[in-house]
Amino acid sequence: MANLTYRNAVAAALAQEMRRDPTVVLLGEDVASGGVFKTTAGLLAEFGADRVWDTPISEQAIVGAAMGAAMAGLRPIGEIMFADFYATCWDQVVNQIAKTRYMTGGQVSLPLVLRGTNGFASMGFGGQHGQCCESWAMTVPGLKIVSPSSPAEMQGLLAAAIRDDDPVLVFEHKGLFGTQEDVPDGEQYVPLGVARVVRPGADVTLVGLSITVPYCVQAAQVLAGEGIDAEVIDLRCLVPLDAATVLESVARTGRVVVVEEGPGQLGWAAAVSAIVGEEAFADLRAPVARVSAGNVPWPVAAELEAQVAVSPARVVEAARRVTATTRASAIGR
Amino acid sequence: MYRQLAFIRRFLERLDTLYRQGQIHGPVHLGLGQEAIAVGVGSVLRATDQSIGTYRGHAHVLARGASPEAVLAELLGRQGGICANKGGSMHLTSIDHGYYGSYAIVGAHLPIAVGLAWASRIKHTDQVTVCFFGDGAVNIGAFHEAVNLAAVWRLPVVFVCENNQYMEYTPITSVIPTARPAADKASAYGLPSVVVDGNDVDAVRSVVGAAVEVARAGGGPALIEADTYRLKGHSAADAGAYRPPDEVQQWAARDPLLRQRAVLLAQGVEAEAIDAIDAQARAQIAELAERVLAAPHPDGSAAWTDLWSDGGWAWRT
Repeated sequence: MANLTYRNAVAAALAQEMRRDPTVVLLGEDVASGGVFKTTAGLLAEFGADRVWDTPISEQAIVGAAMGAAMAGLRPIGEIMFADFYATCWDQVVNQIAKTRYMTGGQVSLPLVLRGTNGFASMGFGGQHGQCCESWAMTVPGLKIVSPSSPAEMQGLLAAAIRDDDPVLVFEHKGLFGTQEDVPDGEQYVPLGVARVVRPGADVTLVGLSITVPYCVQAAQVLAGEGIDAEVIDLRCLVPLDAATVLESVARTGRVVVVEEGPGQLGWAAAVSAIVGEEAFADLRAPVARVSAGNVPWPVAAELEAQVAVSPARVVEAARRVTATTRASAIGR
Repeated sequence: MYRQLAFIRRFLERLDTLYRQGQIHGPVHLGLGQEAIAVGVGSVLRATDQSIGTYRGHAHVLARGASPEAVLAELLGRQGGICANKGGSMHLTSIDHGYYGSYAIVGAHLPIAVGLAWASRIKHTDQVTVCFFGDGAVNIGAFHEAVNLAAVWRLPVVFVCENNQYMEYTPITSVIPTARPAADKASAYGLPSVVVDGNDVDAVRSVVGAAVEVARAGGGPALIEADTYRLKGHSAADAGAYRPPDEVQQWAARDPLLRQRAVLLAQGVEAEAIDAIDAQARAQIAELAERVLAAPHPDGSAAWTDLWSDGGWAWRT
């Protein structure tokens, strides 16, 4: 058993898979020196310059080169320092990587991973370095999307992403890098597309991803003190989406709060809420609730951040609201 | 090479006709007049080499040996399309022939070409990647990011600019500050400025062949500008009326087929023998078009395959 931080878990997963498969190679800005977030520390020393490649500040070249190398039989891992920078290379991601397998009639697979640091967490990064970009990717068929919520989750899910034969975007949350957790010794692997029930409960289902999973757990602890037994689900992946686990939970609890860190005007929580509304209508005793950020760019000062940010307290409020509601047609179920 | 030039020319002419007959679903961008570049490059590549091109890519894929029948089936929407009828004219790809695709977002494939060459370097093979691109691509960021990275990493990739003088409807010289779109940018990346007559298949073969062998030997990338002209509009729907008639005439006189015919005649090949090659190409294409038009349309269920490596499209449980 080793106590790992989330950032160490990234490096541990990369090293684990690079030891296992010589076709895994890494490229990105400053990755050879260990990276701005220290998530690639030690890799150059262990694997050498043939497998750890520093690039210029050229996101289109990083992502395009990853695609070309994947077509040629390698398993490249491209690092985008901040996921916000996907906006500079989005053509490569959505027009090329997401579509090439399909548009060539399956002639070629793209077993590549793109890693980007993501998320707000009220850290003062502002509007261009703190966005929640996983929902951008979810609008485009052909991309798998992973967003781990803890160190153990990171090591196992990143390993699975690297072994996957399709393109996977892994979002590493900046606000989680310092979190610690005991991780079992040996290889870690968590299959993509299988959600995790973090905390079982009977009264309301809280659905989270990445940093909103610990938010949901904290909210559940508060709610427990009020006699509300909340179930917490970590989606782990947006694509493949384990909707079945959510629907099964809602069938028992009849109430759901979907908690997304990003703005709510359109995001993954809207998609999950729509699935629950369409497919679990008969089970619902209260309207589906969403907790999401304000629909403005992230401000910087802490007082302004607090206005728009998702927090455990907001999850608690939403859970109280839905558990205080019982629709007439569901009474007596 | 004349045989291949003639075949591709007649193939493209037939596509033009089929487009006008309403037989092709979607846009078609013909490279009529530009065939010598793809043919010259194809002639110097080994089967294990990699090439990648643009939406004006019929010649690029055919010059690597891809099946004309499968290409035509892709365009005509018949079973057996080279991309299973999901790519169409702009996205022709034949991995089996080392052709890693035609890309329709201008400039997007240059970084991908860098990745193909990067993989060759990591795998320690002696493969070379050739990347065709149009003159218009030099004004998009991906061009600069890709050429820079290839030069910094000294990768075995040869970038071949098909300068057909027009970015689309606008003359390329109206949108660049110097005379030459690619060659004038080479020095910024530490590469020699190389220009070749792209309508002279022998010259293309010689100049690109030399660059390919340098790249193969570990000497790093090259950037080559090949002058050419498209004899028709930007797409088959464009009459190209924005071009001065005397300019079109001048370039028509430099038609790569006419030039190669003159070369062959000068070498003592009988005119009848050359005419026979042309006649054979026409007959082959006519028969091919008839056969493909008679083939069945694809089953619509093919829309639901090939997204993921498991063959399907499912995104959720």
